[in-house]
Amino acid sequence: MTAVAERASAPGVPAGPGLGVRFRWAVSDTLTITRRNLLVWMRVPAYLVFTVIQPVLFVLMFRYVFGGAIPVNVPGGYVNFLMPGIIAQTAAFATFGTAIALAIELKKGVIDRLRSMPMARSAVLAGRLVADTGRMTVTILIVLGVGYAVGFRFTNGFGPAVAMVLLAIVFGVAICCIAAFTGLAIGDEESVQAFGLIWLFPITFLSSAFVPISTMPGWLQAFANNQPVTYVVDTMRALALGGPVAANLWKSVAWLAGIFIVFLPLAVRAYRRAS
Amino acid sequence: MSQVNGIGEQPAILVEGLTKSFGEVHALRGIDLSVPRGTVLGVLGPNGAGKTTAVRILTTLLLPDGGQALVEGHDVVREAAAVRRSIGLAGQSAAIQEELTGRENLEIIGRLYHLSWPHARSRAVELLEQFGLSDAADRAAKTYSGGMQRRLDLAASLVGRPKVLFLDEPTTGLDPRSRLGMWDIIRSLVADGTTLLLTTQYLDEADELANEIVVIDHGLVIAAGTSEELKGRVGGDVVEFTVPARGRVADAAAAVAKLGESEPFADPETGMVSVRVGSRGSDALVEVVRSLDAAEVETRGLALRRPSLDDVFLALTGHAAEEEEPGGRRRGRRGARRGKDMERTAS
Repeated sequence: MTAVAERASAPGVPAGPGLGVRFRWAVSDTLTITRRNLLVWMRVPAYLVFTVIQPVLFVLMFRYVFGGAIPVNVPGGYVNFLMPGIIAQTAAFATFGTAIALAIELKKGVIDRLRSMPMARSAVLAGRLVADTGRMTVTILIVLGVGYAVGFRFTNGFGPAVAMVLLAIVFGVAICCIAAFTGLAIGDEESVQAFGLIWLFPITFLSSAFVPISTMPGWLQAFANNQPVTYVVDTMRALALGGPVAANLWKSVAWLAGIFIVFLPLAVRAYRRAS
Repeated sequence: MSQVNGIGEQPAILVEGLTKSFGEVHALRGIDLSVPRGTVLGVLGPNGAGKTTAVRILTTLLLPDGGQALVEGHDVVREAAAVRRSIGLAGQSAAIQEELTGRENLEIIGRLYHLSWPHARSRAVELLEQFGLSDAADRAAKTYSGGMQRRLDLAASLVGRPKVLFLDEPTTGLDPRSRLGMWDIIRSLVADGTTLLLTTQYLDEADELANEIVVIDHGLVIAAGTSEELKGRVGGDVVEFTVPARGRVADAAAAVAKLGESEPFADPETGMVSVRVGSRGSDALVEVVRSLDAAEVETRGLALRRPSLDDVFLALTGHAAEEEEPGGRRRGRRGARRGKDMERTAS
């Protein structure tokens, strides 16, 4: 490591590094960008509050305002029905931060600076995804804590509970790839905020996240029954409260894999072309 | 300067026939540049002239459509990684992380240049000192003034000790005092032997800092030479005034025509008249006042001034530098977005 550092710091030695060194640099660059992003997040209390406060308000609102009017057939009542849905939505909405941060960095020329440097090309996106995964995990755990405070309980054991959180995170990271692509492709903070990810609202609400789909009109049921958020939420609910997991899990995995396969390369391409 | 460029020594930047279009917009239409090591090239031009596009190609951010560009002997397309190891870039806005402190910003850049932690830390301290930011080192960069943010941005571009530095309009938007401070810093970098390519909209900036100047307009180099050579082509100082009574603009122009070294420029809409008076300075000013007085034309804001970029443009192209498309400065960027299909980027 010392030899590498010295060679890099020697005045302008354009030595082409070998594959092993390049791999180490890719990892260290990713960690540096991750660290930078987490530092920014912690440095601005407003970011932290806004990422957490919205899902917490949703928990309280649905638990105490709407919840009483929504009949559900799960053990523990509406709060148990609600929490897997809220957590999936929390993971999805956390990606607003990804898109907005990348759009700002693009506009301010930060991405230009990084792209003109001899650092790993993959690190900016990889570091963003790793940091945002960390951020999302913290948010999910806080929301889960609030859920516990208002009566939510896992009724299916510890292992499945952990699996539920992991599935929520993987789901969030998949949406993160879409958000990264959106942020880089639009490249404008206000536009991203206004309409870049606006589709997240209908796609999370028109699912099984907050109400049983059977209460929706038929045409809406056709959509809600066949979209990925429902598969993910139903899997999470089964993991949290018990019930058949396999069918919905495979559909979720297929959808999430599809999102990664399509949007990760798109995000990478948008980064390389960023101007 | 030519004495720096010994015979047979390869220039730091060599550009031949560089072209780039974004869809219908021809940003560069065949540009040639040669910058000897240790010298400063000033690239002068109005918004949308192609300056930023040229910088973006030379810093491997954009692929050219045609032509060739070498930085420190490395091709910007085929050897982009090697080019990145020898350059620094500071763009039109401060590309810093505002939430983080000045020190953190520089340390992170140092780490991304693969310096060890101790190296990255000491380099940050060194640069903060050099740029007069030591006192503000541990404050969030968003509390910095515009001038301080630009200095931090410039410091960030120097973390990797680049041999060739690209500064894209380094003083645009700065107040006059910060601008002078920036000039001092840039001069000291050049004294250390860094090769510099600087784009600017200001003739005085190119004049102050550059050994050679190229003037770019609509994607072409329309003039090249030292600042003195360019000013010689403009024809020296300018007397300028406004005629409040628009009907008398033509009379005013006629009254001063015999004093000028060329036809006066008169705008009947704004009432502005300017006339080149060569190097006669204040004598010319007195003569102009007398002639206008004799012609009984009332004027406002009569002044003698050094030739500006506008004058250079008027002399070289027949149109003013300020002429730009709606959207002005953002044209390049918008164009880039529109022409995205055409765009491939070095990786």
